[in-house]
Amino acid sequence: MTMTSEPGTDAPGSAADPRIRDGRLVAEVIRADFPILGTTAHGVPLVYLDSAATSQKPLAVIEALDGYYRGYNANVHRGIYDISERATSAYEGARARIAAFINAPESRELINVRNATEAINLVAWSWGRANIGEGDVIVLTELEHHANLVPWQLLAAEKGARLEFIPITDEGYLRQEVYAELLKLKPKLVAFTHVSNTLGTINPVAEMTAQAHAAGALVLVDGAQAVPHLPVDVQALGVDFYVFSGHKMLGPTGSGGLWARRELLEAMPPFMAGGDMIRTVTLRASTWNELPWKFEAGTPDISATIGLGAAVDYLTGLGMARVRAHEQELVAYALEAIAEKVPGISLYGPRDAARRGGVVPFNLPEAHPHDVAQLLDRVGVCVRAGHHCTMPLHERLNLPATARASFSVYSTRQDVDALVDGLRDVQRIFRS
Amino acid sequence: MDDLYRDYILEHYRRPHNFGPLEDASVTREGANPLCGDRITLQLGVVDGVVQTVGFTGRGCAISQASASLLTDEIKGKPLADVQSFGADDLLELLGIQISPARLKCAMLSHDTLRGALSQLAESGPEAGRDQAGAGI
Ligand SMILES: Cc1ncc(COP(=O)(O)O)c(C=O)c1O
Repeated sequence: MTMTSEPGTDAPGSAADPRIRDGRLVAEVIRADFPILGTTAHGVPLVYLDSAATSQKPLAVIEALDGYYRGYNANVHRGIYDISERATSAYEGARARIAAFINAPESRELINVRNATEAINLVAWSWGRANIGEGDVIVLTELEHHANLVPWQLLAAEKGARLEFIPITDEGYLRQEVYAELLKLKPKLVAFTHVSNTLGTINPVAEMTAQAHAAGALVLVDGAQAVPHLPVDVQALGVDFYVFSGHKMLGPTGSGGLWARRELLEAMPPFMAGGDMIRTVTLRASTWNELPWKFEAGTPDISATIGLGAAVDYLTGLGMARVRAHEQELVAYALEAIAEKVPGISLYGPRDAARRGGVVPFNLPEAHPHDVAQLLDRVGVCVRAGHHCTMPLHERLNLPATARASFSVYSTRQDVDALVDGLRDVQRIFRS
Repeated sequence: MDDLYRDYILEHYRRPHNFGPLEDASVTREGANPLCGDRITLQLGVVDGVVQTVGFTGRGCAISQASASLLTDEIKGKPLADVQSFGADDLLELLGIQISPARLKCAMLSHDTLRGALSQLAESGPEAGRDQAGAGI
């Protein structure tokens, strides 16, 4: 049932693979792997530009889910019969491939969770409650998704800890000189996003982590917008905790990962308690299972994890360096095409495509983002409108809301052109 | 073809009626949809139980602002009792467009704010209204 691709760089994309030409992704061919991209909305072909919210799924992932439910649906780690053993080995095999995808040293350091939000909450509850005390400082940033903000607010309120924030420049870069000052407060933890879901800013994770470590802090990185779009190597980054969501990286909803260094996970108390996470249970006391199961209480989302394994295989087949090159090229094209063809439009975020993920936030002067999104929907173009779960960031930029287009492996210049045409239509409608 | 953006809706959005602050408001009420950033400030000038003057300021999507424009037109000059009974369905009828569930909050912002203004007015007593200008912000 599995599709094991070489985790190498070039082998899977060798001459025979039509999805790769001259070392570059051919999104027009890749699209054929995604059934939904062949459908229509309001009678026009779907132009999906909301991959930062959730990505579409290739057939390989859909078939992995289907294959499990049709062929070997059983609980894991329990049954002494064929299909249960197959389910267990598919589930654990997926874990190993997901771990390898981010170059985790050991697959037992990869905790399967439902999404990035759950991973951050796990750390805040388990590590945070054991290690953060009154007066301790946690450093966050103005860029954070609510998922990497609210759990720390709860922890700080409970423990009497203090939150400090690295401010951003108007273009959306973290102000490193302020970060250096904040590190003098000797924070216990620095938690920040790898890639901003709203502005696309790619933060210098390795440098910031080295500085944090030098100041005695641990580092948690929210990789929800990074793992789907660029090569991630947790060892090279040097971080302590790294989290991501499967559904944003071509995998199913209900899958995701927390990676942390083994010593940390071993020292941390359990997060949720119940079956699977124990070694022995008596009426009054229990001992914990070993990693990673200590943090996987109850029946996990088996099918989603198997599906995420298939997604990781798919992405590996394309090569993450190529995925990044494709999206960087597309974001550069989009920034230029939109600025040139849509008069008066405001574009936000870094201007340098090399320091920016495939995310394009914008506002038209004449129409609110909700109206823009609604009118774009009419021509099949899906974009997001609102604050994208970054209210403090919108406050900082003094914007009530933005519209946002975002890309994935299957996004094309034609998608961008459809967006541009749609935006010009909106302007025609709103200008009297 | 696009139901939501009929000409009169866009017209109310571009040139809203009753737009601007009131000098002598009996009640001032702010309403907002934090999720999308729509906000309006609604002011009523009530004399002898009648809404003599009404004004709003705000920013947001076409639906929220056109809805406020239409609503203020509707309640101006009406006795408070009539304004009290002006319901959400009446506003939807005034708008005259199909509102999808995702946009209902935008359409209803002016109505929710009006309800808030009316209860604020009731709390402070009808005559106390006069010196309540600026309250509730
Ligand atoms: C940067 C970032 N962090 C965290 C999340 C939360 O992801 P999830 O809702 O899958 O937990 C998102 C999703 O929007 C995100 O973009």
